[in-house]
Amino acid sequence: MSYNVNEKGYYGDFGGAYIPEMLYPNIEELRNNYLKITSEASFKEEFAHLLKDYVGRPSPLYFADRLSKKYNTKIYLKREDLNHTGAHKVNNTIGQILLAKRLGKNRIIAETGAGQHGVATATVCALMGIECVVYMGEVDIARQAPNVARMKMLGAKVVPALSGSRTLKDATNEAMRDWINNPVDTHYIVGSVVGPHPFPDMVARFQAVVSDEIKWQLQEKEGTEKPDYLIACVGGGSNAAGTYYHYLDDESVKIIAVEAAGKGIDTGESAATSVLGKEGIIHGSKTLMMQTKDGQITEPYSISAGLDYPGVGPMHANLYRTGRAEFISITDDEAMTAGLELSQLEGIIPAIETSHALAVFDHKKFNPNDIIVVNLSGRGDKDLQNYIDYFKL
Amino acid sequence: MNRINQKLQEDKKLLSIYFTAGYPELEDTVEIIEKLESSGVDMIEIGLPFSDPLADGPTIQDSSTQALKNGMSTEKLFEQLKSIRESVSIPLIIMGYFNPILQYGVEAFCIKCQETGIDGLIIPDLPVDVYHDTYKTIFDSYGLINVFLITPQTSKDRIHFIDSVSEGFIYMVSSASTTGAKSGFGDEQTQYFDRIAEMNLKNPQIVGFGISNNHTFQQATRHSKGAIIGSAFIKHLSNYGKGGISEFVESVIRSETT
Repeated sequence: MSYNVNEKGYYGDFGGAYIPEMLYPNIEELRNNYLKITSEASFKEEFAHLLKDYVGRPSPLYFADRLSKKYNTKIYLKREDLNHTGAHKVNNTIGQILLAKRLGKNRIIAETGAGQHGVATATVCALMGIECVVYMGEVDIARQAPNVARMKMLGAKVVPALSGSRTLKDATNEAMRDWINNPVDTHYIVGSVVGPHPFPDMVARFQAVVSDEIKWQLQEKEGTEKPDYLIACVGGGSNAAGTYYHYLDDESVKIIAVEAAGKGIDTGESAATSVLGKEGIIHGSKTLMMQTKDGQITEPYSISAGLDYPGVGPMHANLYRTGRAEFISITDDEAMTAGLELSQLEGIIPAIETSHALAVFDHKKFNPNDIIVVNLSGRGDKDLQNYIDYFKL
Repeated sequence: MNRINQKLQEDKKLLSIYFTAGYPELEDTVEIIEKLESSGVDMIEIGLPFSDPLADGPTIQDSSTQALKNGMSTEKLFEQLKSIRESVSIPLIIMGYFNPILQYGVEAFCIKCQETGIDGLIIPDLPVDVYHDTYKTIFDSYGLINVFLITPQTSKDRIHFIDSVSEGFIYMVSSASTTGAKSGFGDEQTQYFDRIAEMNLKNPQIVGFGISNNHTFQQATRHSKGAIIGSAFIKHLSNYGKGGISEFVESVIRSETT
């Protein structure tokens, strides 16, 4: 059994491309070309070159000594926070901008929630000299001002999404509507392993550099490519997909996916899609998603703006349903505490998304000999105001 | 024979109107349908509102948001429509996104449609391939016609495939856009209309997107069987209320009747 995508674009029961006919030519063009283009030698060379010299890869695999001692196990942190722009997001935007160029596109659109993917997209558009339009919910624009300023400084146009709940899901709708209205010259850089096939697979492949590096880095440090556990936080799920990618079908490596419980699973203010979601269609993909019994998509909540997406990538929905991954929900309070702990034990201030993954150590007991790799998916600079408010610093 | 197929045999250009169920007021649905029929509309698309209507522009989005706020739901819509066939005889089509239908249960939804007297469905985000492989037999067994869209970007092969799967009409989207985004037609649309007309498809075509008045209705129906108005009707409804329905319909079809 493979946990990877099949030739029809499905992960088990999940995935596919449930799109209006207006988007069909765009999706078809991508579907016919993404594997061909990304396997060309010139593409691979340019991608590898930019990841190395521009992004700063490989990112270190750091043995967190004090954290490991505290939890009496062996914890490695995959330092995606050290990438240019401060998170794993840029691995995907580099890949997609190179693809867009080869498809002859001269205009890029993207959606963003907290602004991390928007910044990563604006960055690669500046690098390539391509027009960039980022859709962002009006509510998010107000609460993520520094990232809005960064995007503008990088030359992107930030368009407020004024429909629906005016957050990430609505920004995604607006980007898709833009794509419907501009089907020929525009490429849509989707920011996570969500959306219609081939986006989940394409984004996972670009993020797969993370587990590719973990394999040889762990070999160097531990004499084995295989950790006992992989841990990553999941909103849409792109950093998790990258972390798991090369280990998906090796069941001796256990996978833990960490979702945001918000104020608690039962409070009505949560983003734990696997627990609270049901199978449905969101943004062109069949997956688990939070919705009313009538099939209307509902608004999730998490203190972390990068985890409050009402769906989850189809790969992760399948990992959940098949039991391949263990899903753990972490509340706002548990995440914030774990973020402070990492700061003071290791001198690393993590993004609040990442803090959710770190909170697993208070939830689950590991053996002293277990080798655990946590994707430290982003740095906490963008969240400083949140930390300040929370801890009254 | 399905009411849609009967209607398509009439020797006239057809006007179809889209409105969002539950807008402006929750209980307006039946009255709007009756007024549209008595004003001379040939076919009605009843919009089942969705929280995230990807293919729609601001006018239909806003009407959907309002309808949901008013309390519209799948259950509620079928409840409102349960006696509709006592007063209305023109074809009725439900237009809605796939997720609410999936949650209701595709077969349960089809059964309800048949009981209510719904003739067909338009589900923009249910691709023809998935329909053909998974759902066609269910729709067929309840006598429902599923209508597919084509756009100026749809390839010739795909149009032929859609034509082969379709059993009523083809919904011809006039330009690459969301609903209500563009008004009127240029050379690009005229050429596209001509190109499709020359393909001699087995299904008649009805044009949607960009039609708002008599002029655009005439343009759209020159080479097609009919035209659909959505956003322009909803705007009119917002501005003039239900009392303005017959006036709107007459202004669109006047040259057909004189």
